[in-house]
Amino acid sequence: MVASPARTHFEPGKNEGDGDFKTELLALIPFLRAFARSLTGNQEGADDLAQETLVKAWQSRSTFIPGTNLKAWLFTILRNQFYSDRRRAWRQAPWDQEAAERIPGGGEDQIFSAQLSDTARALRVLSDEQREALILVGAGGFSYEDAAAICKCAVGTVKSRVARARKALMEILDGDDTLDGVARPAEGDAAREIMAQLDRLAPPESGDTGGKRRPK
Amino acid sequence: MSWDNAVSNEEKPNEKSRAIRARQRAIGRELRRMYDDVAQEPVPDDFLDLLRRIDDAEDARPGKKVS
Repeated sequence: MVASPARTHFEPGKNEGDGDFKTELLALIPFLRAFARSLTGNQEGADDLAQETLVKAWQSRSTFIPGTNLKAWLFTILRNQFYSDRRRAWRQAPWDQEAAERIPGGGEDQIFSAQLSDTARALRVLSDEQREALILVGAGGFSYEDAAAICKCAVGTVKSRVARARKALMEILDGDDTLDGVARPAEGDAAREIMAQLDRLAPPESGDTGGKRRPK
Repeated sequence: MSWDNAVSNEEKPNEKSRAIRARQRAIGRELRRMYDDVAQEPVPDDFLDLLRRIDDAEDARPGKKVS
């Protein structure tokens, strides 16, 4: 899974245990990248996030308790970083079109690429809380207890989020018209379709037509 | 007649829940496949460089603390 020759790049750390810590970090990079990809939905942002996580983890290594679950510890850092980066991004600019255009392959079209599988697209429509719980337990192999620690919530909360996420994913993927726009977007229109879908899912604003959508 | 009806009425929910469970398992496999696909990619050089630079920065810092 991890390219083993890479290990020869590193000399043992000068501080006792640093070399071991770094070796363990190296071995867990693939999982950090996978979790980051599932949170961000795109490769470039995910790898930036995973690298930020490595730096944070290294700086905080003295707070890690040897013998405890390093993977869960790293995932906690990654998750915190993801939400704090996003809060900062939202404060700075809700959607930086220029930055999006600088991304090779074209911003939102890359993120919501029509090449993504239906499941990957459906995952983007779940709430953050449901998505992260489902990924940790359903794909990452974490126990409900570890997932709860990573997400800073109760074990029962994780269980119900996973259950609701599973149900929602199935409805999205198999529903008659639940997510036609997301599941099979017209080429190039993927992002717009998703935004339209999110608008339809959003609760009606006050002053709207009494909470019911008008029939088409 | 009524016995047949009773049986088929009981079986329908079972078949449905079996189908739902099978579908859920298939979606679960797809989720794991997506995650594993990324986890099995070779680690990009950026990451290895970063870990190396972390070391250099530590070495360059005078009076670094010993934990």
